[in-house]
Amino acid sequence: MSSAKFNRPPSTRWHILVFLTPTLLIYTALMVIPLASTLKQSLYNRVDDTLTFVGFSNFSKLLFDPIWATGFWNALSNNLVFFVIHMALQNPIGIALAALLANPKLRLARFYRTAIFVPTILSFVIVGFVWKLILSPLWGVAPSMLKAIGLGWLFAPWLGREDSALIALSLISVWQFVGMPMILIYAALLSIPDEVLEAAECDGIVGWSQFFKIKLPLILPTIGIASILTFVGNFNAFDLVYVSQGAQAGPNYSTDLLGTFLYRTFFGFQLQLGDTYMGATIASMMFLLILFGVCTYLFFVQRRLQRYQF
Amino acid sequence: MRKLFLACLAATAFCSNMARAENTTLTIESWRTDDIAIWQDKIIPAFEKAHPGITVRFSPTAPTEYNAALNAKLDAGSAGDLITCRPFDASLALYDKQRLVSLNDLPGIDDFSPVAKAAWTTDDAKTTFCVPMASVIHGFIYNVDIFSELGLSAPKTNDEFFKLLEAIKADGRFVPMALGTVDQWEAATMGYQNIGPTYWKGEEGRLALVGGKEKLTDEGWAEPYRVLKRWSDFLGDGYKAQTYPDSQNLFTLGRAAIFPAGSWEIGLFSQQAQFKLGAFPPPVASAGDTCYISDHPDIGLGLNAASKNADAARTFLSWVATEEFATLYSNALPGFFALSKHPVKLDNALAKTFLSWRADCQSTIRSTYAILSRGTPNLENETWNASANVINGVETPEAAAKRLQDGLDSWYKPAK
Amino acid sequence: MSRPPSSLIRGIGAHIALAGYTAIALFPVAVIVINAFKSRAAIFSEPLMPPTAKSFSLIGFETISSRGDFLSYFVNSATVTGVSLALILLFGAMAAFALSEYRFRGNALIALYVALGIMIPIRLGTVAILQMMVNGGLVNNLLALILVYTAQGLPLSVFILTEFMRQISADLKDAGRIDGLSEYKIFFTLVLPLVRPAIATVAVFTMIPIWNDLWFPLILAPAEQTKTITLGAQVFIGQFVTDWNAVLAALTLAIVPVLILYLLFSRQLVRGLTAGAVK
Repeated sequence: MSSAKFNRPPSTRWHILVFLTPTLLIYTALMVIPLASTLKQSLYNRVDDTLTFVGFSNFSKLLFDPIWATGFWNALSNNLVFFVIHMALQNPIGIALAALLANPKLRLARFYRTAIFVPTILSFVIVGFVWKLILSPLWGVAPSMLKAIGLGWLFAPWLGREDSALIALSLISVWQFVGMPMILIYAALLSIPDEVLEAAECDGIVGWSQFFKIKLPLILPTIGIASILTFVGNFNAFDLVYVSQGAQAGPNYSTDLLGTFLYRTFFGFQLQLGDTYMGATIASMMFLLILFGVCTYLFFVQRRLQRYQF
Repeated sequence: MRKLFLACLAATAFCSNMARAENTTLTIESWRTDDIAIWQDKIIPAFEKAHPGITVRFSPTAPTEYNAALNAKLDAGSAGDLITCRPFDASLALYDKQRLVSLNDLPGIDDFSPVAKAAWTTDDAKTTFCVPMASVIHGFIYNVDIFSELGLSAPKTNDEFFKLLEAIKADGRFVPMALGTVDQWEAATMGYQNIGPTYWKGEEGRLALVGGKEKLTDEGWAEPYRVLKRWSDFLGDGYKAQTYPDSQNLFTLGRAAIFPAGSWEIGLFSQQAQFKLGAFPPPVASAGDTCYISDHPDIGLGLNAASKNADAARTFLSWVATEEFATLYSNALPGFFALSKHPVKLDNALAKTFLSWRADCQSTIRSTYAILSRGTPNLENETWNASANVINGVETPEAAAKRLQDGLDSWYKPAK
Repeated sequence: MSRPPSSLIRGIGAHIALAGYTAIALFPVAVIVINAFKSRAAIFSEPLMPPTAKSFSLIGFETISSRGDFLSYFVNSATVTGVSLALILLFGAMAAFALSEYRFRGNALIALYVALGIMIPIRLGTVAILQMMVNGGLVNNLLALILVYTAQGLPLSVFILTEFMRQISADLKDAGRIDGLSEYKIFFTLVLPLVRPAIATVAVFTMIPIWNDLWFPLILAPAEQTKTITLGAQVFIGQFVTDWNAVLAALTLAIVPVLILYLLFSRQLVRGLTAGAVK
């Protein structure tokens, strides 16, 4: 840790204020206050047409009343699956790609790096649209390609089946976002001091064993950041499901994530009118879940990781 | 850096102020992105020509975001002057929240029958808050070329309908029916609400359901689900992942014989299909039975209570009630039938076919739209899910019906 | 050590793996671009074929040019993205420097306070934000979008930059202080250049959601003269009719500029990385 060793008396340190003020001002005014005013509504509801403070009864409704609880637990468990698939695929693939790219002798590295990141910059509208086209059983490219290599029987309308739609969407999302961990970890790998690697080479540690023994421990903090960003991103995910399966997250709510559940409730959908109060309750639950996850990470994981920092 | 930025900001703020026109500009909020060309090229010029000094801007939002975006804008006071109204409960809620105003005194509002106005009138039938614009009718559109090639004719009864589907399937060259379940609303709207009125006897059954005298588990309401289940044998490969645009393309490219439809398809299909189109109403149980059609008011236009140009907006609304508008609109958008009492001459043959059913069959509205979708779980939205599930075979018709009724019972108490 | 043969094999293996993944990454994009230049029937009959003389069609581009001013949409998108990005990076780096460099009361608390913003989508505050903009007369003004996106981007920017700034060695800054540099000078001339790679990373991360956002342009600036390109493209996806030609053409037009922006930053990223900074 390199926090300042210059501990001057606080009264003279106006610059801290100057550095912090713009961020705190904009962030508080445009994000914290509006969000707080929304979250506050999770403690209110309409009772006999008047707005009443109801304490935590919205929360107990969300967690225990079958009308809400079924939807909530379904969305939560789908969200966990979504997250697990990302952790199991997106980050390892990202690390592997970054490790390959970081080899200084590799030619075309820039081309590969740029190309692999392209999906990440596409809008959800494009991603949802193009994968639906590719996986469409009617003009789909996937069935004809599978047929061409003799695997035509393997094809199924994945996005339309309850047992496969969520997995298919998770994979599409992994495809889209693999560039994020890749870039982060690539930057971390490049910033490992040459002396460290030279020393390792002198000791005969090269290739994959160099990667696992020397580099991996050094980039663990970055992998930590990538994981926590994935966690936060996954539990806020909404757009991909929305553009490809609609706000009803079909088939039969099998792709419903907390984000889509929240959107349907808060803003309403089709004939369903928006319910600000229950919507705010779901938002608060999501917020607490994410907060819990992030704090767990900060307090347990990152503390240990700090030791390896250089 | 920051100076440059402030200069940029000042410039943008200045420009947007400059853009304010001198005469009155009305903005129409709508979900009909499909109709931009028609509004910009036909409807608005016709109005502006007759009313100099009023400029109209048609500003549609993609249909899926319309409700959410409109509500946010209304809450904050930035919505347009004229609001396109969804039928029944959604717009009624806007009126109850005083976002829309009463149009009882609007010149021309009396040119609409009470039935036409019902979709935008309070429960006590006293106040109308949107000018009815159009209704849509359900039925089946078919590819006449395929039918004549296979020597088939439009079915009248259910048995004939399924024999027909069998025949097309046996031939093997065409998909019998273009319908997908992944978008869900297709299954509910073009499936359940299309064939359903025949089983629950149109308005009679709908009012009995609203009044609590019938239940969704009763024969008239569960039977259409059983029929829908039988459809699954006649849909295209991978119908479970087939989207609504997929279905449209499947039909208009000549690869499917029948399209369970709403009349709104007429415009696009007439334009895109390279073959002759025909239509038949939902088949009945046995020959000679009364037929029922879903003739559903779909689009209205209301006045934003916060509009600063209320007078100009009322002028526009009165114009929407005229014969000129009705003729212009119905012909520009064949399949959207104007609701006013003025007789309208239609040019499109297929649209005429749909309209002719009004004379032969009993009309009703979609069963889930009025009153029954005011709570959570929302009956209309759940019907989407249930219809798709039944066709996909993951829920039995009986289980689906029971789930819907249980959901309804949880919040809806019929008036005694 | 038998390096030459094994490193050759390893090199070929690396190329196969990377080229394979590159193909997976680019294939869907290629599908969109190819089909944007084809007629409707050809899109659906042979989605994989490049446009031929027979199937080539610019109908989609004609439709969108007659239904919207895509050049002005592009300028709007670029203005909003560019200005927001500049603010996020500058203000974010300043705050991150304060949080990573100085020990003061409330430091951890402020860091946590700002980090909270990563965890909850700003979309939930829509109604309050919109009300604020209506009161401030900023509806249909690009400034409204810029402010919202800046607020939305700051938490992540501060979070990532703080992590990176903690890794900068203290010796350098202490040397600067001994030379009598002010804290502002230390930040701008010593620290900022050192975290260039991190800034490039944050730039790429925050730029994408801003460019691709549909929601706030829809709510805050739907007017013709303030429409962004993503919102402009969305208009062709209708309730009953989806004009594939127009959608594909609009999507192609929306991909190109963001691709160029990315390539620009990506070059900066490499430069920052190879400068051998954080060592």
